Amino acid sequence: MDLTLSPSEQEFRDELRSWLDENHPGEEPKGDNEAFEFRRGWQKKLHGQGYAGLSWPKEYGGRGATLIEQAIFGEEMSRAKAPSAANVLGLVMGGPVVIAHGSEEQKKRYLEPILSADEIWCQGFSEPDSGSDLASLKTRAVKSNGEWVVTGQKVWTTYAHEAKWCMLVARTDQDAPKHQGLTYFLMDMDQDAVQVRPLRQITGEAEFNELFIEEARIPDENVVGGVGNGWAVAITTLMHERAGLGAASAAGVKIALGQLVELARERGVADDPVIRQRIAQLEIEAEALRLNAWRGLTQIMKNGVPGPEGSLPKLQWAAVNQSLTELAMDIRGEEGLVKDSEWTYRFLRARANTIEGGTTEILRNIVAERVLGLPKLR
Amino acid sequence: MNFDFSDDQQAIKRTAKDLLAARFNAERVRELAEGERYDDEAWKEICELGWPGIFIGEEHGGQGLGAVELIILLEELGYSLAPLPFLSNAAAGLVLQHAGSDEQRERWLPGIASGEARGTVGVVKNGEAALVPDADSADVIVLVEDGESGSVVEASGAEVDALETIDATRRYARVRSSGGEPLGGAPREAMDRVATAVAAELVGVAQRTMEMAVDYARERQQFGRAIGSYQAVSHQCAQMLLETEGARSTAYWAAWCADSEPETLPRAASMAKAYASDAGWSVTAAALQVHGGIGFTWEHDLHFFLKRAKADGQLYGTARDHRERVASLSGLEREPVAAP
Repeated sequence: MDLTLSPSEQEFRDELRSWLDENHPGEEPKGDNEAFEFRRGWQKKLHGQGYAGLSWPKEYGGRGATLIEQAIFGEEMSRAKAPSAANVLGLVMGGPVVIAHGSEEQKKRYLEPILSADEIWCQGFSEPDSGSDLASLKTRAVKSNGEWVVTGQKVWTTYAHEAKWCMLVARTDQDAPKHQGLTYFLMDMDQDAVQVRPLRQITGEAEFNELFIEEARIPDENVVGGVGNGWAVAITTLMHERAGLGAASAAGVKIALGQLVELARERGVADDPVIRQRIAQLEIEAEALRLNAWRGLTQIMKNGVPGPEGSLPKLQWAAVNQSLTELAMDIRGEEGLVKDSEWTYRFLRARANTIEGGTTEILRNIVAERVLGLPKLR
Repeated sequence: MNFDFSDDQQAIKRTAKDLLAARFNAERVRELAEGERYDDEAWKEICELGWPGIFIGEEHGGQGLGAVELIILLEELGYSLAPLPFLSNAAAGLVLQHAGSDEQRERWLPGIASGEARGTVGVVKNGEAALVPDADSADVIVLVEDGESGSVVEASGAEVDALETIDATRRYARVRSSGGEPLGGAPREAMDRVATAVAAELVGVAQRTMEMAVDYARERQQFGRAIGSYQAVSHQCAQMLLETEGARSTAYWAAWCADSEPETLPRAASMAKAYASDAGWSVTAAALQVHGGIGFTWEHDLHFFLKRAKADGQLYGTARDHRERVASLSGLEREPVAAP
């Protein structure tokens, strides 16, 4: 057991840290467009330094980083409060899908513009009637004259208004069992048949969109992984790129906890025994989250598959982040309602944590069935 | 970065698991618990294998290994619920090794390492140590007042009242003493190691009861199907895994800190003990709930684990005590930070 970084990991971290010190772009500007272009510029900078597509193989313009390096990267980006890359969905989902399942032509066509943020990607998976039960989705693609004609509705589509490409899963065989008749497409967003409407969320802002698709066209060469294999292709990406996320989210929670401690001191409740117990409990859970994430990485690197602890960080993170923002609200009292503080925003935004990226209930099902081997509900 | 045991450590774990499974099946644990006694034969056997001295320096007859090797044994001892005076003796060894004077180490560690002259540790509050494991059979009792001071008392010189507690798998006593000699140094850091050791035992207890609950949920049929297929049950099992793994990660981390990064040990040990104390209780309690009525019967083994989990949770600082210390170590400083 050695919980220190190896010399090469240390070197990777130190280099990244000093690069971030010198190149941090500062505070994100207000306004959706300005903020997005700011993130695009930031990604180009990351790409120039070889920090975009960290996990991608070198032959495709990535860095071929180890899981530990990916986790270090996530931690350091959180610690530096660096902005996200503009094309985050392309980097963590679209690119890896094309690399794993795409043809040589597709790799040549799509990968470089993902890294450079010249083409933004969005994800068309969820539908109004297909959330947790994703495989029940109804958006249809029908082949006609050598191209696919798509009709349906998608929801929770981040960056749809900025995106050139949509990772679209649609039903291509109405008669096959629900996990089979699906196909994974790359749909050009630049057509009138695709309408994007912002979806306003409880925070008042619109991070996400709805897509209304009415006979959109997709050429046959934009199928990824073969017709009818959409479920398998979509799932590999969902399982794939999560490795570094646990460590990054733990680092994010740690920073928020530091701010919470500051808040408690400012408001003169640092001696309140109840507040002390609650903050300590969060510190402990955040540490358990971090440790489970790192222990999970060791298991993947040793055995190729995550151990039981690898399935836990998302669940834990969601619970910790919600409790943390609730405690901040309790400490701020009446003032917490006034919409002029980051804490008020975080308090509301955190409600999504137990839903987005797999609800807590679905994740518990997965742990129960796949890790503990309990019988399936269905 | 390698958050897993080495090959040698894995071998220790396997040996411990196999031996304890062979010596302490459910019937044997029950027989010993109901008879309120320990297994003297098995104790001799593990002493011959050098377990009690695994972390004690070779110059004092130990194996000279570290806290990580110790917690490997303790996790397996918790898993098997072996009625043995191991934890108490290890606690005494840890305190004497890390806070005893040269003479005290010389005098007591060889007996603790060989298991022939056992020790234990009590935490004194209001003039007495209210719950000291194995004080009635130990040769030496280390009484810790706070993080700063303690005393070493020959058992014959202390007032020891055996207690009947809910945990039938271990003997406990109340200890009062005005004698003994002062402990060589401040026991704070040594008590962090003790807290880590108890946390590891709790990991084993939680792991075992989670397995019992999962097995039962797979087999038990109600309304025509296995109860583990109902989310009201399966989600409780998923929560058990989350808490057991969290307890495991924090306990392993604390043990590693004890061996390799002692400056982080206070925070790590208190986090590990707080987490494991809560998890030990909630996992065993949820396991009882999954078992339903049968889990509430004396005839089922679950209650022995549940009670040990509660006992370990109370020993050497409760979750609340350790959380208070974590708060102080997290930027909410109060007075000087004492070990609970």
